[in-house]
Order: sequence, then structure tokens, then C-alpha cells
Amino acid sequence: MVAHIRRSLISVVVITAVFGFVYMFIGVGISQLLFHHQANGSITANGSPLIGQDWAATKCPGHPDGSCVFHGRPDNTGPYAAVVCASNAKNCTPSSGGDNPLVANGVSGSSGATNLGPRSQTLLTNTEQLVAYWKGLGVDNPTPDLVTTSGSGLDPDITPQDAMVQIAMVSDATGIPASQLQALINKETHSAQWGFLGAPYVNLLELNTALANLG
Amino acid sequence: MGLFLTILVLVVALGITWRYLGSYMANVFEGRVRYLAWAERPFYRLIGTSPEQEQSWKRYAGSLIIFSAIFLGVGYLLLRIQGSLPLNPQHMGAVKPALALNTQTSFVTNTNWQNYGGETTMSYFSQIGVLTVQQFVSAAVGIAVAIALVRGFSRRNSPTIGNFWVDITRCMLYILLPIAFVAGLILVGEGAVMTLAGTATIHDALNGVTQTIPRGPAGFMGAIMQLGTNGGGFFNVDLAHPLQNPTAITNVLYIWLTLSIPFALTYTFGKMVGSIRHGAALLSAMVIIFGVWVGFTSYAEHTNNPAVAAAGVHSTVGNTEGKEVRFGDTSSALFNVSMTQTSDGAIDSASDSYTPVGGMGLLTGMMLGEVTPGGTGSGLYTILVYAIIAVFIGGLMIGRTPEYLGKKIQAKEVKLAGLAALVMPLVVLILTAVAVSLHAGRAGPLNSGPHAFSEILYALTSQGNNNGSAFAGLTGNTAFYNTIGAVDMLLGRFAIMIPALALAGALAGKQIVPAGLGTFRTDNGMFIGLVIGVIIIIGGLTFFPAVSLGPIVEQLSHGKFW
Amino acid sequence: MTATVTPPAAAPGAPTPHGVAEARSLFDREILVHSLRDSIVKLNPRVQIKNPVMFVVLVGTVITFIEAIAKPSFFAWAITVWLFLTVMFANFAEAMAEGRGKAQADTLRRMRSETEARRLRTDGTEERIAASELSKGDTVVCEAGDIIPSDGDIIEGIASVDESAITGESAPVIRESGGDRSAVTGGTKVLSDRIVVRITAERGQTFLDRMIGLVEGANRQKTPNEIALTILLAVLTIVFIPVVVTLDPFAHYSALVSGATGSGTVSVVILVSLLVCLIPTTIGALLSAIGIAGMDRLVQRNVLAMSGRAVEAAGDVQTLLLDKTGTITLGNRMASAFVPVGGTDERDLASSAQLASLADDTPEGRSIVVLAKEKFDIRERALDTPHQFVPFTAQTRMSGLDVDGQKIRKGAADSVKRWVTEHGGSIPADLDPIVERISKSGSTPLVVADGPTVLGVIELKDVVKQGIREKFDQMRQMGIRTVMITGDNPLTAAAIAQEAGVDDFLAEATPEAKMDLIKTEQEGGKLVAMTGDGTNDAPALAQADVGVAMNTGTTAAKEAGNMVDLDSNPTKLIDVVEIGKQLLITRGALTTFSIANDVAKYFAIIPALFAATYPQLSTLNIMKLHSPTSAVLSAVIFNALVIVALIPLALRGVRFRAVGAAAILRRNVWIYGIGGIIAPFIFIKLIDLILVALHAY
Repeated sequence: MVAHIRRSLISVVVITAVFGFVYMFIGVGISQLLFHHQANGSITANGSPLIGQDWAATKCPGHPDGSCVFHGRPDNTGPYAAVVCASNAKNCTPSSGGDNPLVANGVSGSSGATNLGPRSQTLLTNTEQLVAYWKGLGVDNPTPDLVTTSGSGLDPDITPQDAMVQIAMVSDATGIPASQLQALINKETHSAQWGFLGAPYVNLLELNTALANLG
Repeated sequence: MGLFLTILVLVVALGITWRYLGSYMANVFEGRVRYLAWAERPFYRLIGTSPEQEQSWKRYAGSLIIFSAIFLGVGYLLLRIQGSLPLNPQHMGAVKPALALNTQTSFVTNTNWQNYGGETTMSYFSQIGVLTVQQFVSAAVGIAVAIALVRGFSRRNSPTIGNFWVDITRCMLYILLPIAFVAGLILVGEGAVMTLAGTATIHDALNGVTQTIPRGPAGFMGAIMQLGTNGGGFFNVDLAHPLQNPTAITNVLYIWLTLSIPFALTYTFGKMVGSIRHGAALLSAMVIIFGVWVGFTSYAEHTNNPAVAAAGVHSTVGNTEGKEVRFGDTSSALFNVSMTQTSDGAIDSASDSYTPVGGMGLLTGMMLGEVTPGGTGSGLYTILVYAIIAVFIGGLMIGRTPEYLGKKIQAKEVKLAGLAALVMPLVVLILTAVAVSLHAGRAGPLNSGPHAFSEILYALTSQGNNNGSAFAGLTGNTAFYNTIGAVDMLLGRFAIMIPALALAGALAGKQIVPAGLGTFRTDNGMFIGLVIGVIIIIGGLTFFPAVSLGPIVEQLSHGKFW
Repeated sequence: MTATVTPPAAAPGAPTPHGVAEARSLFDREILVHSLRDSIVKLNPRVQIKNPVMFVVLVGTVITFIEAIAKPSFFAWAITVWLFLTVMFANFAEAMAEGRGKAQADTLRRMRSETEARRLRTDGTEERIAASELSKGDTVVCEAGDIIPSDGDIIEGIASVDESAITGESAPVIRESGGDRSAVTGGTKVLSDRIVVRITAERGQTFLDRMIGLVEGANRQKTPNEIALTILLAVLTIVFIPVVVTLDPFAHYSALVSGATGSGTVSVVILVSLLVCLIPTTIGALLSAIGIAGMDRLVQRNVLAMSGRAVEAAGDVQTLLLDKTGTITLGNRMASAFVPVGGTDERDLASSAQLASLADDTPEGRSIVVLAKEKFDIRERALDTPHQFVPFTAQTRMSGLDVDGQKIRKGAADSVKRWVTEHGGSIPADLDPIVERISKSGSTPLVVADGPTVLGVIELKDVVKQGIREKFDQMRQMGIRTVMITGDNPLTAAAIAQEAGVDDFLAEATPEAKMDLIKTEQEGGKLVAMTGDGTNDAPALAQADVGVAMNTGTTAAKEAGNMVDLDSNPTKLIDVVEIGKQLLITRGALTTFSIANDVAKYFAIIPALFAATYPQLSTLNIMKLHSPTSAVLSAVIFNALVIVALIPLALRGVRFRAVGAAAILRRNVWIYGIGGIIAPFIFIKLIDLILVALHAY
């Protein structure tokens, strides 16, 4: 018994040192050396393409906020949550308030999904309100991605279809012809990795950066 | 098509792993791999043991319990005082007592249930010195128990079943560490963060938004958390987070990491008992159940979410609620099924928002006792328990005292196997009943209707099976759920491990009966069928009523919303 | 070492309805009546607690009974009655199985109580005392017409004994002092002559006493596999208790969150019904009946197993040691030719051979005498001159006669050759080829020598039993290795082994060699079965996992073995193995059936259980049962009736065919596994239809 305890205590110290700190410190060291960019969050001038941003907050002179850029998927917090709060106080998550409906919760930095069940009345209501929101922006047939929250609440990508349905909105606000926007989306579309892993996607930071470069 | 090719890649990769990692692990545990002996030996000397000093099952279990208990205590303490410890750039405060208890229990039991939001609760010190360490240790402890049980079969008239200290050391040193290290580098290369520099704040000139990006040593933690079927840790949304699971490639790599050891252990088993066919038989039983569950869950997730459909949105890309675009519907389902059937419990999409049948796939995957392939080690020792029950019933049906690998299955073995198989359903059902009966328990669910029941049932099933996956709508960070969850996880882990070790001891002491034509074959299709039958029947019969009040009724309630 | 009484040539496997096992139909009227009475006696909770599954049913019955009184309804009462019947059916099954044994025990007991003994005092006078007063070491006298009062060995005299009371075999047997035929059994009757018997059994420990205890199952111990299965059944019972008990809180909560009207309370009667339907009542009810019936089947074949453990071990046997003589070959070898060597006259050989065999009253010995008489008309001679018979021993492997300076020996070739050489003789060149030829043909060469002179060879022909080869093929398919044990030389043994189709043989077997063989097999983890009758078999019989002693054998042999074959038919060993297997198969099959039944019962009861809260669940009512209560009642009735329906199967045992393990398993999984899933769907639906037709609903 005493021997067991002594052994355990020594083991705890050695194991914590080796498999916790040594493993992680060497991991950080080598990662920083070999993959400096990735290891620090793949950060570029305008943010990280891995983390969704608040595109709906973009000021578009003469047009509704955000209509001059492509949007991502709704967030669980922020005004989307405010929409939820209006309809169902029980499921209201307090938010920073500065967030916009259709991007990940970039400000708080915390991740989260709605966790609403498939037969949730709240999810149904929220979805209906998001459909209405999109229709208000001139997107008549929003795709499922655009009215549902992602698993992380930080999804930086949308599908090419999700981008296509926004062409009319963006074209209207920016004056860039639809065909040119279509070509831009095609150009920015990543095919599935290795051709079959996951699905084709468009990264919003890349797409909107390219869009800004056009205008 | 993408799903099939993804599966094909996984099948090939896992096939190779099964053969070579499986064989390698057998060599490690039989002491034939020595290249790190220079590191091993001093450690054994330090703690006063050696590979030659074998233990009886009781001493083995004693070492395991005391070791785990001390780790539980030390980890709890570290979480409580994390505010005063270094490596805390975000100045996280102490973890509250109930949460610290739940969290450390969760990591010691290989559950990795998260009642905390990783990036908002844990300091780097805690992530590294408490959580990551346990991801190595708890996996190694599980594997050690499995190996001890395998020795029970492979040895003849032996009073000992191995040395606990040597087994966990070799496991961490030769198996977990090298693989995790290489995988960690690949993950970082693909975009997983790996830094101790704290959050980054950036300003996007394009939209005028300032954003805080959480960072940390997520890449290497992700590697070991998946390899050890731990499944939780760094971020609140776990592997749905783009900074830990940035691409479809990392998604598949995580699946491979998770499935590799549990599947390969069947080869290790086959090699150690001298019959690869026996390992392949268990593998087949695992793969068949796993395949069926992947099939129907992916199919269900390829249909639209009922609420989204009711809102008038048509979907050709399945249920997108809670899923990331870069993974897609079916690969997300493949991921979550892989994680619920391995006791890993990581998610890359919100399980709570799965379709009723999809959610049922995840829930029932755990209810089958985490054996297909189950957790690192725990999957093998638990399926061996089921195999013993299958052998017993099947053996009777051919008119012989049942034997498995030449070991007679008699009253003692049936008692221990029965006990091990009994614990999980018993604990899960009773604790769920407690939770739904008390005000504190009823306060947990986010959703209402049958889904509320599903959330509670899912939480206690997950913890009772040391899985850690969650219908995350449940507010688990309460004194009630933290405590009940800790009880659930401890019983689900140790109340199965101890009988499994006792079984190892009982079997090791036995004579080996040579097989003949009259012996019940335990390496053919019929046996595979019987093992599958026992797994499905024990899980199915015990949980059918409960599941019928959750996902089943949800599925049958067309057009109804709560 | 050979059986004196030629065993009845019953086809192996066919029951021989005689002796202790009086032919009784499965549903003998008398037994049925007794069983009904016993079923009620068995309701005693102290009896019920031994069977955890049925105990739970009994407790459930009490609960529904209280519910039915508190809130009377047709449904509650109907369920209570059927649950009670479930318990009764289980009791009845057990009582039925015991009934047959009890009837047999009564007959035997009558025989024991009426016997009187004539005990010899030390001064040689007799006293008459009750047989039950005898103790070990007493000597008693039995004369023609007397019932032998207890087990013992004849120490003086020879008598013909009618053992039919024990064995059922009507032909009398000869018992005499000394040697392997000296044992007599209490309860048998002396037909002629007078014998003095030394009692070898303690009071109350006689063969008859043990037999009564065995057939009655008075102190029946659970066998290892039965214990293991009971544990598994207890596990399956324990796990379903929380499954059912937790349904109440689950239902309450579901009613709360679903917004349905009502509190969601589930009726206790339905919960109890569900529990009883889920726990493995079918096998739980029939388990002990199966065990008792298995022992009974052995008794019917005139085999007494000293423990159920031995019967189970029989099913596990992997190596079967079979004596060649009487088991593989038709009892006895017969002398068929005299082959002289070295220029000896054939007639001289025959004469010497006859002389050497005069004292040899084994069938072989007698056949030599007869052959000499037939061929050369040499009469049996009375020996006037001083002479000395040299008996056969397993060590010398020769027998013979010393008379008039002649030393005539006959025996195994190498033994006689050694003997001749030791006496300064030489071996004629033509001996070995002849011995070899005879051996190779499967016959036994007996070499005859007179001092240093080898006279010639007697050919003893061995006849292999018909049908034995097929039997061994079946054994092989069942994974059982057969080893022929014979005193013959390796060549002879090989030829017969070849002809009979055994897997292996042990030639020139001495008791030591036999013992060594058993130990070697056991060290390899195998279970060994053997038969034996002689005192020198006793150690091997004790060492073997299954030792079947012949009833004609010595007391030592009978005490060493764990079974006694009253027919003294060594072939019976094969039947014993089959019965052992059948016993386990029946248990396994009914366990599988019992568990498989649960699927249908769930589909009947779950929709009914939550009908108020979630009417949607009626989709699961795939049998389209009439109403929630009719569904539950139908399931409970099915659960009870299936016990009755399976009583005959439990008592007779699942049909056993000697095929490979895989084939047996496949067959049983299909019938009892898949069949067990499908059957209840059909029958529950039928019962529901009948309930509706009877206007119960």
C-alpha cells in the first residue's frame, strides 16, 4: 500500500513532466519552427481565414449594412441571439451585442452551436426569421447553410451555392455585374481536398478580399 | 461518393494500422521493443519496480486504483489553484470545486466530458499539466487493463498478469508518444494552432470588425486526445473549432487517430493469444456494427433537418444545423459516429441538432457499451466480456462446457463478465431516473419535448460509458450534474475495470484446453454473429424503452414541434 | 478382466427399458397427479428463492395481487392469475422431472426395507438381524433364495445371482470368491449354492442407498454449468429490474416535457408484466427440470451417475478410452487355428495348448480347450499328478501349467520368447513370421512353449462389432478422440484399430500404461472418459474425468468410478457422452429462446406502456394488437404458456445428432435464436385475437 502510494506519487510527477510539459513544449517549439504561420492561427492582414468574421456589419453606403459583401453562416450569439431572445426568452443567450446575424461570433472569441434539437419550436422560429431576414436583403431562396448555425459558430466557409444565391444582393449593392461575381466565386471555390474529402467550399475572407480588390 | 472514398481511405489506412500497429503493440507489451530502454529503466528504478516483477490481478488492480486516485486528487488540486500557477496569459481563475471534480474525474476516466468551455475556463498550465497528461495516462491505463486481460487468455496456470507500471510506461512511451507527436505536427501543418502566446486580436479593414482569436497548444493536444480516445479538451466546441480541426484532411486524420488503437488492439490480442483469426473475428464484429451505425446515421444526416424543412427551406446538402461547411453532412456524421463508438466523444458537429435518427445513432452507439471498437483498451476488454457471454451461451448450445481460447468459461468467469456487463446499463438507467426526477436535473435541458429527455439520457449514457460526447444543449455545469456525472464516470470506468482484471486473474490461472472438432469455434462467422447478437441484445433490451421515449418518439412525431 | 455376462446387444442409443428405469411414459398419470400436488408445495418462498428468476415472478404476482385488490379490474386480476400460473408451471415442470425418479426410488426402497440378514458370529454361528443393522466388516451367509442384504465381497463359495432387481437383466450371473467377480450387491438374489459375504459398505451407504438417493435427486447439487447459467440468468434478471423500475420516472418526465395531459403514471400491473416478460422465465422455469431429466435419461439407460458433475463432464470429454474387448470387438476372441513351429506336431501343440488352458476360464482359454477337442478330439484331462497352475498377470502376460516336469506356458509372443530364452531355449526361425502374419491379420497370436521349446502359435480371432465404425466416425465429428486399450501386441492392435476405425490405440496395455495415458491427456487439458471393471482399473477410473464402472466389476472399481453401468455394457460410454451433451444443449437452446423472445414482447408492451403520453408510439405496435391492455395480457399469457409448451422438450432434451459443433450450433441458433424471435410475434398475435374473439375485449 505504502509502496503503491510512493510509486504513484513519483509517477505522477515524472509523467506530468514528460507527457505534459516536455511533450507540449517540444511540440510548440518545433511547430513554431516549422509551421510558424499555422501554429499562430494562420493570421493574415485582415484576420484568419480559419475563423469566421462579422461580414454583416460591413458598412455599405446607400445600401443596407453588409449587403455589399458575401455573408457567412449565422452565429449563435450576437443579434441572432437577440432575434432568439425576442421570440423565446428561455433560450436567450446574453450577447456582446456588437455581433451581426450572419457571421461567426468574432468578437467574444468563444465558440458554440445552438444545440437546438431537430424538433425544436425555437429552431423552427429562428429559421423562419432568418429566412425573412435574407428575403429582406433580396435573397429569395436562402440555402440551408445560410439559415442554420454551424457546429463551432465560427464557420469561415460557405458552399459555392451559398455564395451564388447572394450574387443578386452583392451585385445590387456594389454595381459589379452578376457574371463577374459568378466568375469570382468560381475562381475562389476550393474543390474538396484530395478531390473527395469534405465538399467544395468558398472561404469568405478570401472571397471578400477578392471582391474588395475588384472594386 | 465523397463519403465512400473517405471511408475507403480510412479502411485502407486502418487496415495497415491494424496489421502493423497491432503487431507492434504486441511486441511492446511482450517486451520485445527496447529502443527506449534507456528511458524506461531509470524510471522503473526510481519507482522501485522492474518488468520481471509481475503482479497478481489484485496487486495490478491495486496499483491501478491508487495511481488513478492520486492522479485524481493532484489534478483536482491543480485545477483549483490554476489562478496562482504560471502559464496563464488570460488570467483564468480557479476552477470551481464541483466543476474541478467533474473535469478531473472526466479526464482520469478517459471520458473528457466537458462541463467547461475550454478556451474560457482553463489556463495553459491546466490544459498541459492536467488535461493533456491524463489524455496519455487514462488511455494507457485502459490499454494496460486490456493487455492484462489478453494475458489471462494467453497464459497457462499463471498467477500473474503483468506489471501495471511497466505496461502503462511502455504504452505511453512506445505507442502514444511517437504517434501523437507525428500526428501533432501534421495537424499544425494543416492549420491547427500550437502556441503559448495567448489570444490574438486583429482588426479587419474590410468590414471594420475587431476580433479576438483564441489560441493555445491545441494541435498537439488534439493529437493525443484523439489517439487516446479522450476526445475533449481545448475548445468549447471541441473539434468543430476551425483552429483545432481546420480542414477535411485533419478531420479524417482525427478519425484515423481515434480508430487506430482500438481496432488494432484486436490484432494485438490475436497475436498475443497466438491466433490472428480470433483477433480478426472480434474486429469483424466491431466493424459490422460500426458500419451499420455509420450507414444509417449518415443517411439520416443526409436528410433535411425537420425544423429547417418546416421553415420552407429545401436542402440538398442534408442537415446543416450544427455542421461545418468544410466537412459536409455525411463526413460529419462519420466523424461523430466514430467518436461515439470509440468512447472518444469528440464532435465536429453539434450532436444535439442531429435528426432524430441521427441522434439515435450517436446515443445507441454508446449504449452498446463502447465496444465497436470502443475506447483505447476499454473497447477490447469490454468486447472480451461480451465475447465471454457469447461463448457461454453458444458453448452450451453445442453441448460442451464453453471455452474461449482454451479457457473454460465457468461460474466465476460468468459472474465477473455478467458483473462487468451489468454495471453500465444499471448505472446509466438509475442515474437518468434520478436526474429526471429531481428539480436540479430537470433544469438541465435546453430543449423541450422528447428531446429534453434525450439530452439527459445522452449525458448520463455518455459519462457512464466514459465517452464524453454530449447533446450540448444540456446545462451540465451545475453542482447536480457535475456530481452525478462524476459518480457516473467513476462507476462506468472502474466498476468494469476491476471485474475485467479479476477475469484476467481467473483466466490466467487456468489450464488451456486444446481445441478440437467438438470445440465451439470462436473465430468464424457464426461466432461473430453471436458476439454481435450479445452486444445488440444487452444494449438493445436494456435501453429500448428509454430510447423509445427519446429519439424514437421524436422520429415518429411527424410535423410536431416542442 | 472381461465381463462375465454378455451385455444385451442393444443398439447404442436405444433406451433399454428395464431395471430401475421402469418404462413410464413422459406423462404418466400417477406422476402427473403427484406433480400437481408438489407444484403447490414448491410455492414456499424458501424453495422459490433458490431460483432467482422465478422468485421475481412470485414477488411480482404478490404485487399485482395487492394492486388487483386495491383497484380491481378485469385486467389486473387476469394478469395476477397468469403470473401465478407462470410460477405454478415452473413448479410443475420441476415436479414432473422429479416425479419419475421418486416413483423409481419408492420401488427400490421397498426392496431394501424387507431384507433380513444372516450374520455370522465369530464363533461361526448365525444370527438373524435386519439388513439395515449391518455394518462394514460383518460377514453374512446367503443361500439359494436369499436376498443379499448389503454390498460386499464373496470370501467363500460360488453362486449364481439374479441381479435383475438392480440391472434388469434376467440372466443370472456367476459370483465367486477371489478375483474380479467377487462383488455382490445388496438387493440381488442368490439363486443357487451358498456364499459367505464380507460386507464392504457402511450402513446407509450401500449401492442401493446411493441409487435411491440418486434417482430421487434427494441431495441434488447444482452442476458447475448449471451454477454458471443460474448466475447469467440472475444477471439478466437484475438488469431488467432497473430497466422496468426506471420507466416510471421516465414516463412522468416525458409527460411533463411533452405537454401531454395526465401525469404519465404507468400502471404497476403493466410494469410488473413487462418485467416478468423480459426476465428469462422460460429457461428459469425449466432449468432444474432439464437437469433432473438429464440424470433421469441416464437412469433409463441403466447408468447411475454419482453426480450431475460427472454427467456434465461426459459432455466435455475429448478422449474416450475404450477397452477393445466387449466394446470394440464382440466380447471374446476365439481360438481358430494351431500353427506349429520348429517341426512340432500340430496335435502335440493342441494338446499342450489345452493343458495350459485348463485353468484359464476366460472365454479365450475355454475356446482353446474346445478347439483342441473339436480338431483332435483331445478330451479335457483331470490332472492327477501334482501340478501348479500359473495364473495370468498383467506383468508376466503369460499363463500356464507346471506338471510332470513340464513347464507349459502360453502368452504374448515377446513374453513367451523371453521366458524361453531365460530357460535356455532358442527361438525357431519360423516363429516370428507366423506371429507377424497372425498379428497383421488382426488376430492374436498366443505362443505356446514347453520349457525351452517353442511349440507353436495359437491364433485367436477377434471379431469387430458391427456398426462400431460408424459410431467412431460420429465421435470424430463431435471432436472426440477414441483410443482403443488392449493387451494385444502393437501389430494386432493396429490391425483391429484399423478395422474398427478408432483414432489411436494403446497396445500391450498395463494398468500403469493406461494411467499414464490418462494423465498425459489430462495434462494437455483434455477430459478423459473410460470404462473399467477390475480392481486394477480402479486407480485409472478414479483418475479419469468420467469413469464408468461396470456393475459386474469389483467394489473397488465401482467406488472409484463416478458412474456405474448396470448393464455392464462398455459401449454405453458413447451414450453417456451424448446425454451429457444433450443436457447442456437443452439449457443453451432454451436460454437463447428465452432471450430472443424479449424482442416481440417489447413490441407488444412498449406502445401500450406510453399510449397516454405518446400515442405516436403506436407505430411500434407492428402486431396490430387490439388494445394496450390486451397486448400486455397476451404477452403475459404467451410467457406462461410457453413454459408448459416446452416442458416435454425440457424433459426429453433437445434432439441431439452426432455432428460437428458448427452444424449443431447453426441448427440451434436458427431454431431457438431466430425461431425464438419470430415465434412470439405469431403467438402473441394469436392470443390477442383469441382474447378479442372471447369478448374479453
